Amino acid sequence: MTNTEWPLWEVFVRSRRGLSHTHAGSLHAPDAELALRNARDLYTRRGEGVSIWVVPATAITASSPDEKDPFFEPSADKPYRHPTFYEIPEGVRHL
Amino acid sequence: MTVTVPVTAALALGDDALVLSHRLGEWAGHAPVLEEEVALANIALDLLGQARVLLSMAGDEDELAYLREERAFRNLQLVEQPNGDFADTIARQLYFSTYQHLLYAELAAGDGPFAPLAAKAVKETDYHRDHAELWTLRLGDGTEVSRERMRQAVEALWRFTGEMFQPVEGVDVDWADLDRRWLESVTDVLGRATLSVPESPRTGAWSAGAGRQGLHTEPFGRMLAEMQHLHRSHPGATW
Repeated sequence: MTNTEWPLWEVFVRSRRGLSHTHAGSLHAPDAELALRNARDLYTRRGEGVSIWVVPATAITASSPDEKDPFFEPSADKPYRHPTFYEIPEGVRHL
Repeated sequence: MTVTVPVTAALALGDDALVLSHRLGEWAGHAPVLEEEVALANIALDLLGQARVLLSMAGDEDELAYLREERAFRNLQLVEQPNGDFADTIARQLYFSTYQHLLYAELAAGDGPFAPLAAKAVKETDYHRDHAELWTLRLGDGTEVSRERMRQAVEALWRFTGEMFQPVEGVDVDWADLDRRWLESVTDVLGRATLSVPESPRTGAWSAGAGRQGLHTEPFGRMLAEMQHLHRSHPGATW
């Protein structure tokens, strides 16, 4: 029953001072509205000023572990692809 | 400086919250799904927090919770009703949270002794009401079986709903207006859940409710026996 009528939802939460939504976990709920309520109870303890996203797990397409190499290992011998030589000026935040 | 606390009112509102909190606690480990269990426990904890503040205004919270006899409790008969099935619990919650939310909104807007508590509690009760509404809609407008169970629950508890609007000494609100707005809100939710408002009476001879006078229904004694057992077995112990 849990699998068919109570599908899995993934929960993303942005904390009050956070800049982006972070994956917090997953839960079961019959629909999006209740998924939001459940996420609020399970993952935010109702802290004020947070934002919650819920997404049905089936809507997420994940990269496959088999494709790890072509996806995530660009040739490291081409340093011009990695703009890491900059000194970050003071005062620049959230970079 | 002494602040006069309306003890009658603190007990009435505090007992409502305490008793319903205990009832909801009974769901722990038994709710239909894990997520709902957490939700019910959350509501129970909110209510227990309200009860602690209110009972502390009236005296020692532990003594009041654990050492009073049934006849000294001032809660509504609605909140002491057994959990029943999930629909019964949801109907009880819808009726009570709607009432509590309207009442606390009034109290929060005033400057009486309950205003600080109400300002905090009004946000909690808003959530409780919303939760009960969502479930009323889903059960009422769900399967044939869930609709019938929700209908039965709504009918069975209806006769306890008039009691909520008996004026409480020390609570300065327009009770008749609260009653009117409560009926409006509940009628709206039931309508959207494809259910209709029961025709049975809410007040008068054929309705229930004398909890505020210390008269309670049969299941309440059992509940208290369970709730108070440990404290009475070890009087004076600290926890």
